[in-house]
Amino acid sequence: MTLKDLHPNYFKVFLTFAKNSLIRDMTFRTNFVLQCVSSVGWTLMNVGFYLILFQYTDSIGADSGWDRDKFFLFLATTWFINSIVQAFFMPNAEEFSELIRTGGLDFALLKPIDTQFLISFRKVDWSSLSNFAAGVVIAIISLRNLALRATSPMIPAWHEVILYIIFVFLGIIIMYSLMICLSATSVWLGRNQTLYNFWFYITNFSRYPMEMYDRGWGRPLYGIFTFIIPVLLVVNVPARILARPIDPRTTAEWFFVMWAFVAACGSLVISRWIFHRALSSYRSASS
Amino acid sequence: MSPAPSQLQWKISSWVMIFRTALEERLVYRGDFALGTLMRFLPIVTQIFLWFAVFDAIERKGDNTDGTIGGFSFQEIVAYYLLTMLGRAFSSMPGLASGIAKQIREGEIKRYLIQPIDLIGFLLINRIAHKFAYYVIAAGPFALVFFLCRHYFISGWPSLTTLFAFTLSLVMGFLIGFFLEASIGMIGFWFLEVSSLLFVYMLFSFFLSGHMFPLSLLPDSIEYFVTFLPLKYLAYFPAAIFLGKIPQEELLFELALEAIWLLFFIALCRVAYSRGVKRYSGYGG
Repeated sequence: MTLKDLHPNYFKVFLTFAKNSLIRDMTFRTNFVLQCVSSVGWTLMNVGFYLILFQYTDSIGADSGWDRDKFFLFLATTWFINSIVQAFFMPNAEEFSELIRTGGLDFALLKPIDTQFLISFRKVDWSSLSNFAAGVVIAIISLRNLALRATSPMIPAWHEVILYIIFVFLGIIIMYSLMICLSATSVWLGRNQTLYNFWFYITNFSRYPMEMYDRGWGRPLYGIFTFIIPVLLVVNVPARILARPIDPRTTAEWFFVMWAFVAACGSLVISRWIFHRALSSYRSASS
Repeated sequence: MSPAPSQLQWKISSWVMIFRTALEERLVYRGDFALGTLMRFLPIVTQIFLWFAVFDAIERKGDNTDGTIGGFSFQEIVAYYLLTMLGRAFSSMPGLASGIAKQIREGEIKRYLIQPIDLIGFLLINRIAHKFAYYVIAAGPFALVFFLCRHYFISGWPSLTTLFAFTLSLVMGFLIGFFLEASIGMIGFWFLEVSSLLFVYMLFSFFLSGHMFPLSLLPDSIEYFVTFLPLKYLAYFPAAIFLGKIPQEELLFELALEAIWLLFFIALCRVAYSRGVKRYSGYGG
């Protein structure tokens, strides 16, 4: 849908979007602060729950290596990824299905800029980034605990940190692609309230170490959510790189690292394809 | 002017009318409903695997001989989560408080001041109808999930007394949920915007009602205070009765306590409404 002779500066456009959203958030400042407070409250409750859990057990799963400090690194990773998805993509995906329903997508199609870019980045929910800050706090505390503890202290190597950042980014790409696919289906389905719940329930699987599903009737789920809808890789791969639950690393772990890279690229391509299929079957609304 | 019986008849017929309208309104979306209900059980799948991993680690380490956490075995914890779903199906009141606050804010509440219908009664009947419609549709998915998970209920069906107490606690849980949330909605008479307050309440209630985990897992000093709060009646209490975690001899006392909390919230809601109406000054058209 872009005009060939016009090349908008995507970065500048994005900055404008981000600025506009910030201005809007700052207009309703009390509301903004309350939103931050309640998301931090949610974080505290989760931290409380896992602290209670680790009162009773040393690790999640026998011999899995996910002890308290390492699991909190895992949790921090979940928090990083979810906060970024919620800040940048969630408000836009919600708006996208609304645009399809009301026919407002016409205006987006007319703009001289890539439609997927416009749809994906128009709004930024700044208050969700308070969860990112909460994730930083959790990560710092658990890294400190890991470095200072008496039995098997651990400090991540610099290349692990770099790999971690890269794979957090790739995890965000997988989540983003999934969200674009789900919201694009509203072109065919009209209303998709249940689909959003579906998104929450699927991502719910990504919140825990993946090997815990690898038994009994969990195996099919493990397979589906690793190889078909790769949500299990999103948090697991970066978290394992940084927390090193099993030392030395196994070859299976490196396989999943490679696969996460392939899966992220693949899901981005597939989501773009689905998005364009959706646009070509879009037939406006009203008028 | 009119004799008492006909007045009562009129009242009953209007209640029946409200009930039927609300019921029909709900049954329109039954397909979406049934699917949504099934999906709501998906997070329990994650919980099953999480708790299996936790109990597995405890068992292999071998110093916790009876294999329970806070009095719950692995199977009981899974059964607990399933039962809290049932408890929440009774006690959760989506949109009640925010609906009341919205009606106050937009001036719609004037209707109830003019018409001979009591706001709280109207909302209660509406809610009963909605819940009723929900159970009709959700019974299938619920029965399916409970049937598939029957092996998690290791002690089988509880005694008749327990079942009776369980039913009673579900019904009272519904009423406490209703009057508690309606009271929160009444805050709208004093502050026009209650949505953030509501969110904070929802957070606390998720944690302190026992929806997130059995309250007996809490450290003793915190558990002591939390079990004094009425939020446990929304999820923890019915499930704990069903699983026999409340000793038989304390059951009557605990249920009486719940009834007192219920009366308290009914009174609170009534007082807040009448006070609120007095200071209400009709914004909007």
